[in-house]
Amino acid sequence: MILEQLVIDPHRFETETGWTIKPEGACKGDVCVPLPDRDDVSDIAGRLGMALVHDDATNLNALGPESLGGRALLSAEAPELVLNDIDGNSFRLSSLRGQKVVLVAWAPY
Amino acid sequence: MSLELSGPDVSRPFIEAAHPEHPSLLDPTHQMDALFGVVNIPNVVWIDESGTIVRPAEPGWPGPQQYPEAMRKRLAERARKEAENASDDGPKRPNLMQLLRGGQDRETYPDAIRDWAHNGAASRFVMTPDEVVAASQPRPMDCSEAAAHFELANHLWRTGHRDAAIHHFNDCHRLQPDNWTYKRQAWSLVGNERVGGGELGRFNQGPLPGEEDDWPFASSFDAEVAKLQPGEYYPNTM
Repeated sequence: MILEQLVIDPHRFETETGWTIKPEGACKGDVCVPLPDRDDVSDIAGRLGMALVHDDATNLNALGPESLGGRALLSAEAPELVLNDIDGNSFRLSSLRGQKVVLVAWAPY
Repeated sequence: MSLELSGPDVSRPFIEAAHPEHPSLLDPTHQMDALFGVVNIPNVVWIDESGTIVRPAEPGWPGPQQYPEAMRKRLAERARKEAENASDDGPKRPNLMQLLRGGQDRETYPDAIRDWAHNGAASRFVMTPDEVVAASQPRPMDCSEAAAHFELANHLWRTGHRDAAIHHFNDCHRLQPDNWTYKRQAWSLVGNERVGGGELGRFNQGPLPGEEDDWPFASSFDAEVAKLQPGEYYPNTM
């Protein structure tokens, strides 16, 4: 997640990381992590095990995915994924609920 | 999902040639890596009707590999050169196709998907939620940091900050050396330029002969593959 300023917008944070900011803290699936200071991005990153990297030339920051739990998946609940097709139409993975889904990652290289 | 940062027109010919009946999407920021733990392509994730992952990201194919004619010629030429250059002394190195074909079985992978489609939760290929989490890719803090560097590199490349992007690509590769998608994405950007583009330009992922000192990355596809044993590139998870 690219951050021009060290401020977390809860909606964008949920869309890009899958973590929802709730009264009890940052939550994903069954896991909720208390957030004593919601304005401190470094503190939030530390509690979720997210790396915060700074680029000196552009003054941009990037927040990595959570390392809490030590695996790429924190639970087996599929995260939401919203991507465009080649014509720019947005598609939500969750719109396929009720069907079996095979996600295939490929690349033209 | 096409994991390519360069925009839709790079993926378009492949999607249009396949005439997909299913959604076919673009993932320019590699969300599949960050959210699902994809570390190579092709990688496949199975999700059941309730939205529960029943197999995490793993190497998978729709059937026996079918290469376009230009790629078949390229691989044949490479195999010929590998055979020519092989030393008569010492242990024989596996060639590229032996390295890539070891591990996950390409021919039977679709049968496993069919088994799941037919038997659902009773399929022997379905994992429990705990097994899914445990079988997903390891993610120490270094991998989170690698993903953050990759996202910066991706953004900086697309906004014209080329040198800064390469700096972050190299940091990303150092921090998560077993993520082939992060590496191949970066190498293919420069490799494609070096050969002047073309149908297979993005499959050039290293310096051209004589230009080794001008290659901006710490490694390249051929240099990395030379360190592998069969089964390490596409591990067998079945």
